[in-house]
Amino acid sequence: MAELAYWEAIRRAHDEELANDPMVLAMGEDIGVVGGTYKATSGLYQKYGDKRIIDTPISENSFTGIGIGASMAGLRPIIEIMSINFALLALDTLVNAAAKIRYMSGGRVSCPIVMRTPGGTAHQLAAQHSARLARVFMSTSGLRVVTPRGAMEACGMLKSAVRCNDPVIFIEHERMYNLREQVPDTEYFRPLEGAEIVRKGTDITLIGYNWSFLLCMKAADMLERDGISAEVVDLRSLKPLDRETIRRSVEKTHRVLVAEEDEAAVGVGSEIISVIIEDCFFALDSQPVRIHAADVPVPYAANLEHAAIPDEHDVYQGALKALGRI
Amino acid sequence: MKAADQKRLLREMIFFRRFEERCFEAYMEHKIGGFLHLYSGQEAVATGVLETVRRGEDYVITGYRDHVHAIKSGAPAREVMAELYGKETGSSRGRGGSMHIFDPTVHFMGGYALVGQPFPLAAGLALACKYRGTDHIAVCFLGDGANNQGTFHETMNMAALWHLPVLFVCENNQYAIGTRIDRSTAVTDQYKRVCSYNMASSQHDGQDLDAVLAAAGKAVEHVRSGKGPYFIEFLTYRQRGHSMSDKTAAYRSKEEEAEWAKRDPIKLYGAKLIKAGVLTDADLKAIEHDVLNEIENDVVKFAEDSPAPKVEDLNKYVLDDRPDPRWIGPLQNS
Ligand SMILES: Cc1ncc(C[n+]2csc(CCOP(=O)(O)OP(=O)(O)O)c2C)c(N)n1
Ligand SMILES: [Mg+2]
Repeated sequence: MAELAYWEAIRRAHDEELANDPMVLAMGEDIGVVGGTYKATSGLYQKYGDKRIIDTPISENSFTGIGIGASMAGLRPIIEIMSINFALLALDTLVNAAAKIRYMSGGRVSCPIVMRTPGGTAHQLAAQHSARLARVFMSTSGLRVVTPRGAMEACGMLKSAVRCNDPVIFIEHERMYNLREQVPDTEYFRPLEGAEIVRKGTDITLIGYNWSFLLCMKAADMLERDGISAEVVDLRSLKPLDRETIRRSVEKTHRVLVAEEDEAAVGVGSEIISVIIEDCFFALDSQPVRIHAADVPVPYAANLEHAAIPDEHDVYQGALKALGRI
Repeated sequence: MKAADQKRLLREMIFFRRFEERCFEAYMEHKIGGFLHLYSGQEAVATGVLETVRRGEDYVITGYRDHVHAIKSGAPAREVMAELYGKETGSSRGRGGSMHIFDPTVHFMGGYALVGQPFPLAAGLALACKYRGTDHIAVCFLGDGANNQGTFHETMNMAALWHLPVLFVCENNQYAIGTRIDRSTAVTDQYKRVCSYNMASSQHDGQDLDAVLAAAGKAVEHVRSGKGPYFIEFLTYRQRGHSMSDKTAAYRSKEEEAEWAKRDPIKLYGAKLIKAGVLTDADLKAIEHDVLNEIENDVVKFAEDSPAPKVEDLNKYVLDDRPDPRWIGPLQNS
C-alpha cells in the first residue's frame, strides 16, 4: 500500500490505462506541457508524447466533440474539462450527441469516452467557478455519472471508466485533489455501479457523494459522540442509481438525510428522496431531510460563501432534526 | 470515365430522386412521421463526392438531410426506408428515424439534427484515422447555415492545426430554412471563411456531376495524401421546402425556382449523356421504369412488410447491453 493524493491517483489511472491500451489518449486544455491544472496528467506528455496527450485550444464543445467522434471510430479518449462550469459549453456534444448516439443508432455505434472534470466550490472562486452541476448529467439518459470519494476510488473507477463502452461523466472535486488515502500498489479496479455502505449504523442513514459524502462521515463522528449510530452511504454512481442499497439501508435505520453541495431544486437530494418515497415510504419514521446549498449564485466574500455552502455542522444539525432531537 | 459508370451514376441519381419523392408520398400517407428533409435537387453533390471516396474505409457523416448520403455510402436503401417507417429492420432499428440514419458497417456514422454538431465529430473520426496510421479520411457534409455555428470555427481551427484528414463539404443551397444566405451571413462565399484557418478551399458548381467529380477527386486526393483538411463548397439548390412544413413561396420567388429547375442535376447529366451518344431516350425511359419498379417492389415493400420494434425492447441500447462486470460491477455491499 502507498498513500496517494487524489490527483496522484487520477494520474496513476491515466498512466496505467495509457500503457495498457494504445487506443487510449487524453485531451484537454493545458493537460500536456503543463500537466493539468490539478496535475492529474503531469509527466504524461513527456512519457507518451503529443500524439496521445493532446493540448487543445479553448474550444470545449468542439474538442469534446472531437473526442466523441474519435471514440465512434474505436479510440478511447479521456477528455479533461478544466472546470465543470466550462462543461456547460460542451453540453451539446455530451448531451445531444454522446448520450444519444448508441440509442439513436439502434445500438450500432457507441461512444466510449470519459469526460473528467472538477465540480464543486473551492475557496472564494465566486459564482463562475463554483458550479456543481452533477444533477444536469444525472438527468440525462445514455450517460453514466460517477463521483469518486477518495484516492482509492478515483484510481480504480477511472480505470473502469476508460474500459467501459458507455460515455462516463467522471466528477472530481476541487477541494479533494490533495486529500490522501492508502491505495494498493498492484493494479486494481473499482466498479462503476453500486452505492456503498461505508460506515454501518442503525439510527439514521446519511447519504452523500464525493464532497458531501465526506461531510456525512464527519457528521457521523459528531453523532457518535451523542450516542447516535449513523450509517453512511456513498452513492458513488449517480447514474445509474443503486436504489436497492438505499432502500435496504433506510429499511434498517428508518430515518434518512441526503447531503449535496448543490442547490436543492431538481437536484440529487430531490431524486434520492423521491426514490425512497417510491421504494420504502412505510419504512420511514420521520420526514426525510435534505442538506444543500443556498439558492444563490455562489458569493465571493468568505463569510457569505461559507453561509451558502453546507458543511458537516449542517449535516449534523439536519440529522438531529430527522431524529427528532431538535 | 467509362460509359457504364456514367450510366450507373445517372441511374443512381434517378434512384435517389425517386427515393426522396417516394418518401414525400409516404409522409402524406402518414407512413413516415417526424421531420422529413428531402434532398431533391442536390443529388449531384453527394453522388459526385462519395463516388470519389473509399466505401467502408473512409468515414462519412452529415446533418438531418441524410438519406442519400447514407445510401450512396453503401447503406441498403431498403433499410433506410424501413428506418423512415420506424421498423426494427431499419438502419437504426427504428430508433433514429429520418434524421438519424446510421450504418457503421459502411462507415456511415450518422445523421444529426443539431446544426453544426457533426463538424467536431467528423474531425474526431479523422483524428482516429490518422492516429491508427491509415490513409483513410473523414468526409463531413453540411449546409451553408451550419457555418454560422461556433463549432464551425472551433473545428476548422483544430482540423487545420492538427492537419486532420477531413474533407468538409459545404452544400450551399443558399437557404437555412427560410433565411437566404445574404440575410444571415456577412461573407456569402463560404469557401472564403476558412482562409483565416489557413485551410485549402474552393467553390464549384454543384449541379454539374462532372464538375463535382473532378473537384471532389482533387480535394479527396489532397486530404488523403496528408496535406491536411480541405473545405469544398458546392453551389446548389433544394427543390422542395426545407422540410415538409414550410411553404417556399414565403421566402423565395417562382422565377428563382424556375431558374434553378433548368439546372436540375439529373436533367443536365441525362442530356449530356444523350448528346454524347452514351445513352438513348429509350435507355433513359428504361432506367426510370426500372428504378420505379425497384423502389416500389423492393425498397417500399421491405419497409411495409417489416415488423415494428418490440415495446419490450424500449430500454435496449441506452447503455451497453452487455456490460463487463469487471469494470461495471455492481459493487456488492457485505
Ligand atoms: C442547433 C440547431 N439550431 C437550429 C435548428 C433548426 N434548424 C434545422 S435545419 C436549420 C437550417 C440549416 O440550414 P443549412 O445548414 O443551410 O442546411 P440545409 O437545411 O439548407 O441543408 C435550422 C435553423 C437545429 N436543428 N439545430
Ligand atoms: Mg442551406
